[in-house]
This record gives sequence, structure tokens and C-alpha cells, in this order.
Amino acid sequence: MATIPNSIFTPTTAARFDKLATIYPVKRSALVPMLLYAQDEIGYVSDPVVAEIAQRLDLLELDVRNVLSYYSMLRTVPAGKYNVQVCTNISCMLRGGFELLDHCKHTLGIGHKETTPDGLFSLEEVECIGACCWAPAVQVNYDFHDDLTPEKMDAVLDSYRAREPK
Amino acid sequence: MADVTFIVDGKTLTAPAGTLLIEACKSHGIEIPAFCYYPGLSLQAACRMCVVRIEKQPKLATACTTTVAEGMNVTTESPEIAQARKATLQLLLGNHPLDCPVCDAGGECELQDMTFKYGAADSFYAEPKNHRDEQKWSPVVYFDRPRCILCYRCVRMCGEGMDIFALGVQNRGSSSVIAPNIPAQLSGVVENGTELAQLDCEQCGMCIDACPVGALTSGTYRYKTRPWEMNHTATVCTHCGDGCKTTLGVRSVSDGSEIVRGDNRDKSGMNGDFLCNKGRYAFDFANNIERLTSPLIRKDGKLTPVSWDEALTFAGNKLRDLRQDRGPNSIGVIGSNRTTNEENYLLQKFARTVIGTNNIDHHRTADFVTLATSLQGATGRFASQHDVEKSPAILLVGGDPTNQAPLTAWNIRTNVRHNNARIYIANHEGIKLRRQAKAFVQVAPFGYGAFIESLKADNDFAKSLHAEEQLVVVVGNELRGGELASLIKALPHAKFALLADYANSRGASDMGLLPDVLPGYQSLAGSTIANEYAAADTPGLDLLAMFDAAAAGNLSALYVVGSNPVKRYGIDAVTLKSTFLIVQDLFLTETAALADVVFPAANLYEKSGSVTNSYGDLQLVSKAADKAGTRSDFELIVRLAGHMGHDLKTLVPFGKGLRSDMGQSRGAQSGEADRHSVWMTANNLEPKTSPFDPFAILDEIQRLVPGYDKLLRLQLLSGNDQHISPSASGLVQITTSRKDLVLPSADTLFTSGSLTRYSPMLQDVQRHQSTEVADHLASAD
Amino acid sequence: MPTLVSHPDEVKVLSKRFGLGAADIDKYIELDGYKATQKAIAEGPEWIINTMKASGLRGRGGAGFPTGMKWSFVPKVSEKPKYILVNGDESEPGTCKDHLVFREDPHAVIEGTIIAGLAIGSKMGFIYLRGEYRYLLNIVEKAVADAYAKGFLGKNIFGNEGVDFDIITQTGAGAYEVGEESALMESLEGKRGIPRIKPPFPAVVGLYGGPTVINNAETIANAPHILLMGGEAFAKLGTERNGGTRLFGISGHVERPGVYELPMGYSLRKAIYDVAGGIKDGKQLKAVVPGGASCPILKADEIDIGLDFDQMAKAGTMLGSGGIVVLDETVSIVEFALRTIRFYQHESCGWCIPCREGTDWIKKTLTRFHAGGGTKKDIDNIQYIADNMMGRTFCPLGDAAAMPTLGFVKKFRSEFEDYLAGARPANPLIQIQPVGEPEHAGAH
Repeated sequence: MATIPNSIFTPTTAARFDKLATIYPVKRSALVPMLLYAQDEIGYVSDPVVAEIAQRLDLLELDVRNVLSYYSMLRTVPAGKYNVQVCTNISCMLRGGFELLDHCKHTLGIGHKETTPDGLFSLEEVECIGACCWAPAVQVNYDFHDDLTPEKMDAVLDSYRAREPK
Repeated sequence: MADVTFIVDGKTLTAPAGTLLIEACKSHGIEIPAFCYYPGLSLQAACRMCVVRIEKQPKLATACTTTVAEGMNVTTESPEIAQARKATLQLLLGNHPLDCPVCDAGGECELQDMTFKYGAADSFYAEPKNHRDEQKWSPVVYFDRPRCILCYRCVRMCGEGMDIFALGVQNRGSSSVIAPNIPAQLSGVVENGTELAQLDCEQCGMCIDACPVGALTSGTYRYKTRPWEMNHTATVCTHCGDGCKTTLGVRSVSDGSEIVRGDNRDKSGMNGDFLCNKGRYAFDFANNIERLTSPLIRKDGKLTPVSWDEALTFAGNKLRDLRQDRGPNSIGVIGSNRTTNEENYLLQKFARTVIGTNNIDHHRTADFVTLATSLQGATGRFASQHDVEKSPAILLVGGDPTNQAPLTAWNIRTNVRHNNARIYIANHEGIKLRRQAKAFVQVAPFGYGAFIESLKADNDFAKSLHAEEQLVVVVGNELRGGELASLIKALPHAKFALLADYANSRGASDMGLLPDVLPGYQSLAGSTIANEYAAADTPGLDLLAMFDAAAAGNLSALYVVGSNPVKRYGIDAVTLKSTFLIVQDLFLTETAALADVVFPAANLYEKSGSVTNSYGDLQLVSKAADKAGTRSDFELIVRLAGHMGHDLKTLVPFGKGLRSDMGQSRGAQSGEADRHSVWMTANNLEPKTSPFDPFAILDEIQRLVPGYDKLLRLQLLSGNDQHISPSASGLVQITTSRKDLVLPSADTLFTSGSLTRYSPMLQDVQRHQSTEVADHLASAD
Repeated sequence: MPTLVSHPDEVKVLSKRFGLGAADIDKYIELDGYKATQKAIAEGPEWIINTMKASGLRGRGGAGFPTGMKWSFVPKVSEKPKYILVNGDESEPGTCKDHLVFREDPHAVIEGTIIAGLAIGSKMGFIYLRGEYRYLLNIVEKAVADAYAKGFLGKNIFGNEGVDFDIITQTGAGAYEVGEESALMESLEGKRGIPRIKPPFPAVVGLYGGPTVINNAETIANAPHILLMGGEAFAKLGTERNGGTRLFGISGHVERPGVYELPMGYSLRKAIYDVAGGIKDGKQLKAVVPGGASCPILKADEIDIGLDFDQMAKAGTMLGSGGIVVLDETVSIVEFALRTIRFYQHESCGWCIPCREGTDWIKKTLTRFHAGGGTKKDIDNIQYIADNMMGRTFCPLGDAAAMPTLGFVKKFRSEFEDYLAGARPANPLIQIQPVGEPEHAGAH
């Protein structure tokens, strides 16, 4: 497959996408992973991302939009650098998931699907993330943090703040 | 497949194995409700309305996905089933706006009908309905999102049916929504500060016809009237040569009755589901305020309204005097591609017997003379539109049906989808139908001759074509004359059809609007019809020769009916300065503007008669609308002949046939009158007491025009199409030196010759296509 | 990181390598890894399928379909390639067992996939993980790469001429519905996760139109163990028609939540009170959701049953995906029902009317009810809607939403009525949203 000229992705990601489009029996199978990996790099699925992925997979942009709007992890607007996803589904709820969510709202000063003014954190209430036996659990980007309390949550948030250059 | 026997509601039925239960029931008169099921499109099983009870199955089953099987025992109505359907409706209505009083679909809405049937009127939700604003996707397609019940018919119609894929489903769950292919943030169209999503497509409006509710509405019809306030007339579309039925909804206005809607939801014609943009919306030229509604005579250099009597007397006297003074061959007649067969026949008869000249022609858009003469002596070699829908193999040489003959394109796609038809395409452009093609040959510009040569050679394309036993060849208007003849010769077993441009381009040729052949492509000398006419046996002037003669001062008069040659052929106004010009048309066209007398004419939607599509399929045209101040071309030709002092009984054979009791018009037996008259008309027995009755001339056409002699009046009157093949023998022999005057109109999906500029809809859509969605066109194909 | 737990009643078959670092391929080989595959190559497809049938293994994803039988349905000869699809889109609330399988023993999944491929004559398998499991995807991808490097995947695996098998790993992007097998295939084909019309079933027309076996990750990871220990030996660990052991995730109000491997048919009461250490903080048990959120709730006096598919069905509920969620006496069923239906409303794919609209209206009604604006009629309406969703939807998600809802309103109707009368939980878990305010989740 010919590589895409003027790709909006980094060379590494572009090369990964070149390969991804070739491994499946049908090229289109690369669509969902590609969207997710593109979001990882760009921060969200922007219009140029849609256009390039459509081009890479010989799809209409509409096809790409139909698919991307189906999956709840994919977003078309930017989120914070660290997207805090608090599970409030049944197992987490029973062990304080909502308390944790409210705590995050107050600590970060933002609501569901909002981003802090400095762009560092965004907050999202999410459905079950598959950490029920270690509830309540939170995912920050792809990292799991489990068996949390509001105090532990503060430490988690601090650990991300600490990653930032002073 | 073999038939299976099964039981539905206690009745024993049979149907071929593999038939969908919902279809098998329908063909036995058992209606199973469904929203998402649509015949011919892929199955969804989404609406859950067609649930039925099948013995030995644990759950209710969907009739739209179940195929009938031997011994199957089905219940389609029971309290359990009714409750299931009722509950589904209750859930739907929970979020439905229930704005039926203002909804376009009110009265013809499947959701209304289902609710009425299953009584799901109780409302037990206290919460607000999910609301979304209405969207304008294009000048002709609006989407009222809350009304949408997500049956996905529009999505499939656009993708599977039209091969455009401009509509998608986005989001999920109760947020799911149908979305067009240009999202708001990329459309660049802002209205009241809001960006608007736009539809980049062929603007066919098929999504609107498919919509079971009022979610998709038409820009030309919305909020104009209620369905029951219209009369509905199924007639043939005027815009291209495919011959689609369009059902026109008309209502009374102060100056007649105007068309407010066109659609084909009743699937009344050979087009089944299909209608294109023009068939659906481009009736609006008929309501244009620039319509001519009074005869005009040039007085002191200016066209001035006069009475009918003054205009006809003036024109008739003038024509009679010029014929006497300068001879019949100093007069020319130009006919139309959009007038009926009866009018075309009458016009050439007028030229040949009233004036006495063969100077008659029309704007030819395909070379039907070569087609007829090349296939002379063969039987079954003229393809019908139905062949494109059903034939296992189709070769498309030249042309771009998607833009020029949209029904042909639809039929080709449907044939591929349903029957795996094999499509072969040879074209100088990579037309959209290439996506359906099994094989495609790129032809160099003007290289069709070489392509035809290659059919004799040893190559894969030629080999597969020659291996096809039932091949239909559809030929675009790039091919004519010798090239066309050699193509026909190269494929001696195939059926052929030519694509022409307007509703009756084929009829104009068949009816002899040609200087060198009589109706039915009969010779000017020696044929039955020539003998009956007793007219000149030398060929007349063709269209261009008439203007040459005019320029040389040799054309004393020119009578133009429903044609705009001045614009089409780029004729200089000075050319006609010494010619007496009579024009009858809808509008003051470039040609009419030069006329000495102008007659305001009715259009195809305002008259009765018949037309023949490009394929030779003859259909009835029914009068739908009416415009005060206009008259049909038929009446105008007859009246002009009358004012020339011609004996009308020799022009139109009226007053013949039996006179008969027309039956009771009131009381219990009153329906008898209609049935009686239909039978009589079908048997050529109705009185035809008026010289303006087109059916009087149809009698003569049937008597004299080979091919048309086989038509069945009852079929015609029933609205069925009939395939006409020119006579097997006795046609004119064309010579290689014959001039080729075919000038394709090069119309697109959004133009229709001179009518284009009088259709505000076409203007709007052209603007939409060229500006609002222009950037996206490239990616659509 | 999720902690591993242990209990003497456990019978460790699948989990025997947990905590031993078996994600490392050399460690895995040391722990009898990839022996089953070599045995499978030697013995052939018929032996594999017979062994699987004898094991009594039933699908661990929730439906409990016998695995050996599923494999045997695939046509021997097929024009189109056959595929193995491993369902690791673990999304049923209360369920996190596959999470551990991928983390602790990814090679068992790979081995199981190869074995399934050998059984049906497939040369390609896909391991699909939910998008949230990115770190697990990384582990599985590394394991796959290591297996390729050792010649366990690719051409001529284990040096056997003509025996080829490839594995592609795949990630989802957030959709519960994709856990349904045909929706999973759609997602893997790059489409919206809408289920397909059945028949045809995947064993005949599946991925890319080819015959496809779709198994839950836990199910497939059992295959190598079964081939090594023998079908009968595995079957004997469980009860009749419910062979072997399975991973039960016990969560909610218990002292020692965690994933435990227990024999099929193990007592639910013992699982809660012995294995998981009983109700947290010495409170009383109120109810149990026995197999993930979609399984109808059991009251405290209904837990003296064995954890297998048939006993659960008899009790009017399901074993589901083995996610046991325990509720103590403080939990308001109104709150629990609201959170449950919010999930299904959020995850309904929207394809069919009863599920799309039904989950939405139950959620709307319950939200108002929970906020204090309810009426007695609402309880009837909720039951009416759920009744009319049951068995009427396009795929099992509609039932999955309706069944627990019916359980709540039927078994705990008095609690709904008391709620109307003003009784509120002492410690509300969900903050009451003023009506008309934007809601928490579901604003997709």
C-alpha cells in the first residue's frame, strides 16, 4: 500500500498505520484500532484524522464518522492531557464510585466530560472498566488505579501533576 | 426453487422455498406490518413490527428475516402479537413529536396507520421527549430528526439503491441519528449562526419516498398542503428519455390547477421505486410566473398580447398566403422532443399534407433511424427498459446513464444487486456505473470506432461478450451513423437500445419528424403511408438546412413547436429576419423572442396522449395540471390548420366510430358508465367527437405506423408500458451520405434543456452542488 | 494493580499459573506451556473436539454453550477461510476475570486459540480486547511476538510442515454491545458494533463471511489445560453437564473481593461467606447479582444454590459471566436499579426499537422516580416496558436490560413503594440529580 503523503501523524505512527492496513484479510478491519491510536497521538479524532484514515482505508469519511461515533472511547473534541475516567457501575458504586466521582469533581473543579482550564485533567464518568473485584477503580488514560479512596485519589492525581515539568 | 407448503393463520399457502415469510404472506393478501423492511433492500430486523408466532419456536420471530419452510405453521395476528406491536409503537411514540397536524406525511404515514391499527394511543411517559432541531440538508431534502423512527430505509436506499452512500447512522442507542455526508463543521453553510450539515449526493430524493414517516421531507413540497387536498395523477416525466412514471399531486388555484408534488410512492410505472431529482421536483417550471398565457403578435417590432382569434387568423392567413405565393417548400416545420406521439404525428402530417412539404425535422438526440434500419428484418432485437432490469448481461457503450438516464442506471444497479447481472462498459470516461461493471474498457476520446473493431479481435472483453447468450447493449449518443451500424453488426445476437434525451425523443423519430422518412421510418415514396398522404416524395430540408435557407432568404415561414433551435444550434437572429416565424412554447425562449406569432402552449403535464421512451416503451400521458391561457400543442396545430382553411376531417379522423349510450351517471349503476367507456376506448369504439381528441389521431397511428399497429389500447389506458419495435421490413434505406444531425443535449442530473432556467428548484440545486458541497464531490465517487 | 487472592476451596486449573510470571514465554514453557498444542498437532482435530466435548466445558462468556459442540458445528470443507475469534471484550458489569487471564497467563489464550484453529482447520485467529484493556493488549501483543519468535506461530508451527497459524490482536474502543458475538465480528471488520441477523450462525458464515468459532477468552484458555489433563478429568471437577472449574469474580460488599477459581456447582452461599470472607463490615446480606449485571437479582434467602448454569436457570436467574456482585442491607434497590438501567441505556446499540426506546424510557422514568418525582404508576410502567422488551429485541442486550429490571421491580416492589412513601437510603450512593439537570453518564 502506498504511504500517504503529508501524513498528519508522526513517522512512527504513520508507519504503524501503513502496516496496520496490510495485516487483515480486509483492510477496513484496521479502522477501530487506527482511530484509537490516532486519538492517542492527536488527542482526539479531529476532522483531518477522519480524512486521513478514510484515505488510508479507502473509505468514505461518512463511514469513518459512522463508526467513530459508535464507540464511547473515541471523542471528537480534545480532552485533558490526563483523562480521569471514574467507573460508577454497580461494583464500583457499591464501594464508593460516586463518592470518588464527586471528589474528583470538587478537587478538579470540573464536571463530566469537562477539562481543567490548564488542560491537564479532564473528567469522565464511565461505565464498567473491568476492575470490579478491585473497586472502586479509575482509569487515567490507559492506567488502572484501583481500590481507591478519596485520599488515594488525591495521591493519584498528584502523581500525574508531578510528571509535569515545573 | 421448489414450492413449499405452509400454514398462515390457518390457511394453507404455497410459495417458492426461500421466499421471505413477509413477502409470501403479502402475495396471499396477508399484510404483516413493518417499518424497516423494504422490498429489494437488505434486511434489518430492527423495527420488530413484523413479529409473528411460528409454531415450535420459543420467541416471536420476525417475518422479514424468516424464509418459508415446508410445514411451517405461522400466526400473524393474535392478542400476543398485537400486544408486541402495540408496545413497540408506544415506545416509538414516546419520543415522536406527534406533530401530525402539520406534518407533511400526515394522512399517508405508516406510523399513523400502525398506531390506528394497534391502538397505541395511551401515553405514560412524563419526561420530555428527546428533541433535536430540524436540518436542511439541501434545497430539496430536509430532515426533521425527532420524527425519525430509525428504520434505516433511507440509508439503504441511498447506499444500496443509489450507490451513493451519503447517509449514515451515527452515535448509538437512543442518541442514534441519521446523518448526511457533510458534517456541520465542514459544510461552510451557516444559517442563523448555526453551521448546517449538508447532503452531497445526486439529490434524487429517494430517501424521502422511502421514509415511512415525515422525517425526510421535500424542499419543494413541505408545509404546502395536505395529501388529501390534492388530486393525484400518474403520468410520464418530461425530463429524460427513460420514461419514468411520476405521480403528480395537484390542487386548484385561481388560474387552473398547479402541481405541488411529484413522487412515485405508488410505484405506478416501469420505474418501480425510482425517481430522480428532475422527475421528483422539476415540475416547478410549470408554475413559473414567466409562463406565456396569451398569444402574442409582433406589432411595431414588439410582441403584443392579442386574442386567440386574432393570433390564429393572422398566422393561418399568413401561412396560407406564403404557401400559395412562394410554394410549400419555402416553409419549414420544427417539432419537439417533449410533445406527445399524437402531436408529433399530427405535426408531420400537418407539414406534409396541410403545407405540403417534407421540410420537417426536430432536435435529434440519438440516431434512431440508423437503429431502426440496422435492425431491419430482425425480430426481438430492440431492448426494452425492462431488459436492463432483468437481462443477465448488459454492455454499455458510451453514455453516462447515472447523469443522462438515471432510471437506466438504477435498473443496471438493481439488476447487479438482485440478479448478479454481468455489466460490461466501454466508455471514454470512468463513469460511476463502472463500480458495477464486471469489465471496463477505457475508450480514447472519439475512439469508439476502434473499440468496435476490437470486438472482432481476440481479447478477453470481446470473448466474454460473445459468450453472453442474452446480451443487452445500451448505447450512448456518442455513437451514431456508420459507427452505430457497425456496432450492431459486430454483435449480431444482442438486443439494442439508444439513450436519447427527452420524454419523447424516440417518439419524435418514430412519428416521422424527419425530412427523409415518414412515420415508422417508412419511405417517402411507395409506402402505404406515402400513398395515403399523396405528398412530395423528395426529402425535405433538415433542421440546419432550413436555417441555411432562411439565411439565403429562401425560407418564407418557419413553424416551431416546443423547441428552441436558436439557442440549441446557436442561430444568429439575423438569419430569420426575412422568415415569418410562428413559435408555440411555454416560455419566451430565444427562438420565441424572434417570432412574429407566439402561441402559449401547455406542457406534457397538462395534456393527454402517449409518449415513447428511448427504448421504445410506449406509455400513456395523463393530464394532471392546467394553466389558464395555454392550449395543448395538439389543439394549436389543428386550429392553425383550420385557420389555413384545411378540411379538419382529413387531418384528424374525428367523428368516426360508434356512438353509444355512455351508461348511467347516477344511482346504483353509475360505475357502469366508467367501465363501459374504458372498454369502448380500448376497442377504438368511443365517439371522438372532437378534432382536438388525441385518441382520434392514435387510431390513425395504429392504422398506419408500423410497430405502433401492435399496441393494445387497453394496456395503454391501464397505464402499462408496451414495447414498440419498428416494422420488420419495408423501412427506408439510408445511404452513407446521410447527414448526421444528432446533437445530444448534454443534460445532467440538474439540467433539462431550456426548461432548466425556469425551474427555481434546479437553479437552487445547481447552486448547492457547485458551492455548498463542491469541495466534497471528488471524494464521493 | 489488581491484587491476586486465594482460598483453600479453590481448584486451580486455569489459574494455576497466576502469579508465577507466566506472561514470560520461557516461564510459561517451564510450567508445561505449549505442550497441549504439540499434543493437539499430533492427535488431530477429531481428538481435540472429542476431548473438548468430554470436558463438559461450557462457554464462559455468559450463554454457556458447550464448547466442543460449537467447534464441531464448523463445516470441514469451506471455500472461504475459517477463523478463530477470541472474545476479550469483557464488559459485563461485575466481571473482570479475563482481565486476569490476559495479565497472568496470556500464552494460555494463545495456545487455546491455536488449538481451536487446529480443531476446525483454521489458519488465523484474532484476539479482540476491549479498548480499555490497553495495558493488557500490550502484554498479549508481546506474548504473541514471543510465540512467533519461538516458531509457535506463523508457518510450520513447532516444526510441523504445513501447519500454519497466525494471530492478530485487535482492540475495541468502548462498546458493551461488541461483546455480542456477531457485533464483535462487525467491530473487527471495522464497522459499527451492530449484531447480525441469525441465522446464518458464525460457525457457517462469520468473520469476512468465513466459518468462525467465537469463544470467550476464559473458555479458550481452558483448552490447553483440558487437552493435557483429559476431558473426563476436567469434567469431573464440576457437576453434571457443567464440567470443570470457572473463574468467579466476587465484588461489592464482601470482605475479600477477588477472582476465585471454584468448581462448577460450588455453593453460592459459601462463595460469599467463606471464599470472599462474608459481608463487609459485619453487615447483613441483602441480595446478590450472581453472574454479571444482566442476571436477575437473588434475595438473601435464595443463595443456597450451586454455581452452575442449570441450577441458576432453575432459580430464575443465570450464571452469566461469573461476576457475583454482593449487596449489603444498606443498598437501595431503587438506586441499584437506576445504575443498572443507566448502563444498558448507555450501551444499547440503538438498532432495534424495543431496546433503544425501552432502556431510554426505563432510565428516564427511574431517574425521576429516584429524584422523588415518582408515582405508583411508574412502577407498573417500568415493569410493562421491561415485559415488552423481553424476547422481542434484535439481540440479547434487550433481555439483558429487561431481566434484571424485572427482578428488581418484582422481588423488591415494596422497596419501590416505600421509596415513594419517603423512605430513602441512609447512605445514598447516587446523588439525587435535580430533575432537568444534565445527567451523569449517557450523554454520549
